[in-house]
Amino acid sequence: MTNEVLIKAQGLKKYYNDGAIKALDGVDMEIHRGEVVVIIGPSGSGKSTFLRSLNLLELPTEGQILFEGTDITDPKVDINKHRQKMGMVFQHFNLFPNMTIMKNLTLGPTKLMKRSKAEAEAKAMELLERVGLADRAGAYPSQLSGGQKQRVAIVRALCMEPEVMLFDEPTSALDPEMVGEVLDVMRNLAREGMTMAVVTHEMGFAKEVGDRIVFMEDGRILEEAAPQDFFTAPKSDRAQAFLAKVLI
Amino acid sequence: MAAWWDNLVSKFILNFITDNRWRYLWVGLGNTLKMTLGALVFGIVVGAVIAVVRTTWDKNNEEMRPGPARAILKFFNGLFRIYVTVIRGVPVVVQVMIFYYIIFASSTNGVLIGTLSFGVNSSAYVSEVIRSGIMSIDKGQFEAGRSLGFNYVQTMWNIILPQAIKNVLPALGNEFITLLKETSVAGYVGVMDLTKGGDIIRGRTYSAFMPLIAVALIYLVMVVILERLLGIFEKKLRSSDH
Repeated sequence: MTNEVLIKAQGLKKYYNDGAIKALDGVDMEIHRGEVVVIIGPSGSGKSTFLRSLNLLELPTEGQILFEGTDITDPKVDINKHRQKMGMVFQHFNLFPNMTIMKNLTLGPTKLMKRSKAEAEAKAMELLERVGLADRAGAYPSQLSGGQKQRVAIVRALCMEPEVMLFDEPTSALDPEMVGEVLDVMRNLAREGMTMAVVTHEMGFAKEVGDRIVFMEDGRILEEAAPQDFFTAPKSDRAQAFLAKVLI
Repeated sequence: MAAWWDNLVSKFILNFITDNRWRYLWVGLGNTLKMTLGALVFGIVVGAVIAVVRTTWDKNNEEMRPGPARAILKFFNGLFRIYVTVIRGVPVVVQVMIFYYIIFASSTNGVLIGTLSFGVNSSAYVSEVIRSGIMSIDKGQFEAGRSLGFNYVQTMWNIILPQAIKNVLPALGNEFITLLKETSVAGYVGVMDLTKGGDIIRGRTYSAFMPLIAVALIYLVMVVILERLLGIFEKKLRSSDH
């Protein structure tokens, strides 16, 4: 981890129905280069909304997001250029079902980064090998298990050579048996120094891999601490109650 | 038996061989195909554009920032809604006549005017078919495309439309078959299409059976060929289903 701030969220608010529903109610956060931030909290606490606003999949009602110093909420900024550098992994994988795994992985690099097909495929193959799926390059997503799909989805994001990876509950839709293989890939990624923001319910992962735990509730950050501090001595009552209920 | 056969042969000669009357069918078939293919392309292109604009508005208008882009989109969404309502609300034969006798009254190129008016008519129906296809695609597909850095149009073109078209191919096939047969009203504005060609023969020979059955069979064969082509295309697109 470095001291360089990669992403800075300032006063993020996301209101629905003219403010009747406050999904985000003033969130400030910094993510440093190389840091693994794990965002946890009960359902409806706004953690997914927060993560999805970092690359503007959700447009905040108020507030700024500075990515590498640029305010990407400014309508004049070309958000597509910045999104290329922010890889995103979804709960439901969202692979393109009509394309082979290889096509899923090379679509972005060939169309957006002007890579040649051979170049993009070589890179994709190298990454597929690292997640143990090189033999599935020609398969379609429907032929893969959930865990394999999510590993492919991670590789798809990595093929764009992002500066940061955003994970939105990457293991929540998986059979328990398949959670491990996806977490392994994420753990390796963290070890290699990738900047990561992870929304998850996997407390073991949060404890082991996270550099910092962010606990959210009602659209606000209630607590922010290093994992050893947060899991042994949470300060807020709400975090204590939450940890008492989840299995670690 | 022999008398029956001889009668059939002489009717055949009368309707198709004498004075080279088969040429009416041949030329008519050519015009039918020209109008159908032209209208098909027009209908798909315009229909897809309408579908994309309308779904874009429906899915995003609440999230969009106020500004010129939103205003333009709102305008075209409204315009296309009226377009679809008007086109679907008027019989195709009336539309063809309006195009020929009013809008393009100065031109006598019936085939071209027919192509355009059938294309316009088809585009309204095709737009609704493609719209339903786009609406059936999971929101996550859009998000995956956008998160990789594709802009909205690129996401639509590279990711959404291929899946949407695949899902609605049977319904599109229906529309194409309807279009092919709808061109049979072109005779109302003096275009000699296949139907008109057959009818001319009937008028010359005062014998209805042969020319009408021939026309019917030719349409049927064309539809069967179209069904086959659609089937092959569908199978190809379905290679990703397992």
